[in-house]
Amino acid sequence: MKTRLFALLPALLLSSHLVQADATLLNVSYDVMRDFYKDYNPAFQKYWKGKTGEKVVVQQSHGGSSPQARSVIEGLQADVVTMNQHSDIDAIAERGKQLPTNWATRLPNNASPFTSLQVLIVRKGNPKGIKDWNDLTRPGVNVVIPNPKTAGNGRYTYLAAWGYALKQPGGNEQKAREFVAALFRNVPVLDTGGRGATTTFMQRNIGDVLVTFENEAEMIAREFGRGRFEVVYPSISIEAELPVSVVDKVVDKKGTRKQAEEYLKYLWSPEGQTVAAQNYLRPRDKAVFAKYAKQFPSVKLFTVNDLGGWKAIGQKHFNDRAIYDQIAAANAKKK
Amino acid sequence: MTFKKPSVLPGFNLSLGYTLFYLGLIVLLPLSALVYKTAGLEWADFWSTVSDPRVVASYRLTFGASFIAALLNLVFGLLVAWVLVRYSFPGKRLIDAMVDLPFALPTAVAGIALATLYAPNGWIGKHFAEDGLIGELLGKEIKLAFTPLGIVIALIFISLPFVVRTVQPVLEDLEIELEEAASSLGASRWQIFSRVILPTIWPALLTGFALAFARAIGEYGSVVFIAGNMPMESEITPLLIISKLEQFDYLGATAIAVVMLAASFAMLLVINLLQWWTAKRLGRRT
Repeated sequence: MKTRLFALLPALLLSSHLVQADATLLNVSYDVMRDFYKDYNPAFQKYWKGKTGEKVVVQQSHGGSSPQARSVIEGLQADVVTMNQHSDIDAIAERGKQLPTNWATRLPNNASPFTSLQVLIVRKGNPKGIKDWNDLTRPGVNVVIPNPKTAGNGRYTYLAAWGYALKQPGGNEQKAREFVAALFRNVPVLDTGGRGATTTFMQRNIGDVLVTFENEAEMIAREFGRGRFEVVYPSISIEAELPVSVVDKVVDKKGTRKQAEEYLKYLWSPEGQTVAAQNYLRPRDKAVFAKYAKQFPSVKLFTVNDLGGWKAIGQKHFNDRAIYDQIAAANAKKK
Repeated sequence: MTFKKPSVLPGFNLSLGYTLFYLGLIVLLPLSALVYKTAGLEWADFWSTVSDPRVVASYRLTFGASFIAALLNLVFGLLVAWVLVRYSFPGKRLIDAMVDLPFALPTAVAGIALATLYAPNGWIGKHFAEDGLIGELLGKEIKLAFTPLGIVIALIFISLPFVVRTVQPVLEDLEIELEEAASSLGASRWQIFSRVILPTIWPALLTGFALAFARAIGEYGSVVFIAGNMPMESEITPLLIISKLEQFDYLGATAIAVVMLAASFAMLLVINLLQWWTAKRLGRRT
């Protein structure tokens, strides 16, 4: 509700005599991007002011990735959307028809200015000796993962484990399925979002391993102190593309297309990429990446497209009664 | 009763018209939108959505946990109301005000606070761990948070005021003469309570129970933080509705919502009938 009000505010301002005044952009984003845009927005404002002499105001709205997409579909006046999976922006294109379905081709790198990947976070000293995905299926290891039905974060973890099992010697779909089922048998709590899972692991002290984004690990370090946990990089992981797009219907109505497009393009500039790296998001820019290479250990990665793309994955794995639901039902019976 | 019957109070047509309009706008319109939206679903799809084993398990949990919570509040809520009405002690006002806190607190705050308390490392939860006070006494760990037990705890918390606040005024209005008469006729304390007091407050108790139960069924915010949300085990129905929305499955979400609506309405109706019946029975007796 609050977000709606905030969305209305600039609209009201624009409709009054202030029309020629500062352009206002609303960036609708997901939960853990808060810190990044807190740093990025001032950088962009400075750049825009220097380039055009205009002031631009950027407002932020944060929440779970899919609920945020739903708000946009239902009319939240977002100029730009910055999500954690392509399927959320696809939904805005298909259900809301607020932007063209080929949105991902309008910007470089599949419209993802930076990436992250799923890492394993363990307790100090790694008492259970966790080194790779297969350690997570051992009996007696408790793994905290957000619910793949409600969180993109959980979906990436599920897919990372699935891909790991597929790529093992002699790996096939049946084995991948058994592997993921064994993994989810070790999950004691399914939080609805990534931040919830972090709280369960760090604050409630539940579980031996938390699987989450690499940049969330940095947030945990800042919030809870670096001495309380260790980050384990698995032998292979999934590259999480974090896509962005302009919402055409809104910017054309508000007349903010120029600012909105530039706001996103600037994410690829050396300055934008540096802010990303400082927030532990893996930059696309090779020079910036090289500069911060120390904090990004190299991990063998596969992508969502290697597994068939979000649309096929949704139908195969996450829709109702698809593989994830079948696994969950079978696991519940075994208990 | 006919509509023509003249009343001593003027303005019947106007006030009835307003009542119907208001109820229609505030209650009926959104609910009919819900049913209307579900009508876009084929019967077979509707049925397979609402009879999915995982959804059925969530009905069982939601209605079961809500029933237990409302039942416990029926007993302990009555006790609280009784103490607040019948005794006077220092700090009574404060306790009276505290009863309303679950009303006022944002449910998410309640959920996080409860999860912190009852988690295995929380103030209360740690005593139930294997090496905790109560855990050692019983020889095993009892998990409170992240189990159905945690859900019941959250529901007890949020539904307590309903029983207390409906019973309290009736207890206050209870005529002391009735009890005195019963006593002078030789009734024991227990007989006075069970034969005189309980029948009088019974309708109010039932109302409180119904309100608490209805509130608990719809509760989402506080429960998701303490439930653990495991499929088939600790997933409440409102969570499944949200997770359907998360997948942009509006129809599936409304289908489950309609089932909950129908079930809740049926139950409230039964409780209202029961209440009407007891009131009538009592009315005849006195």
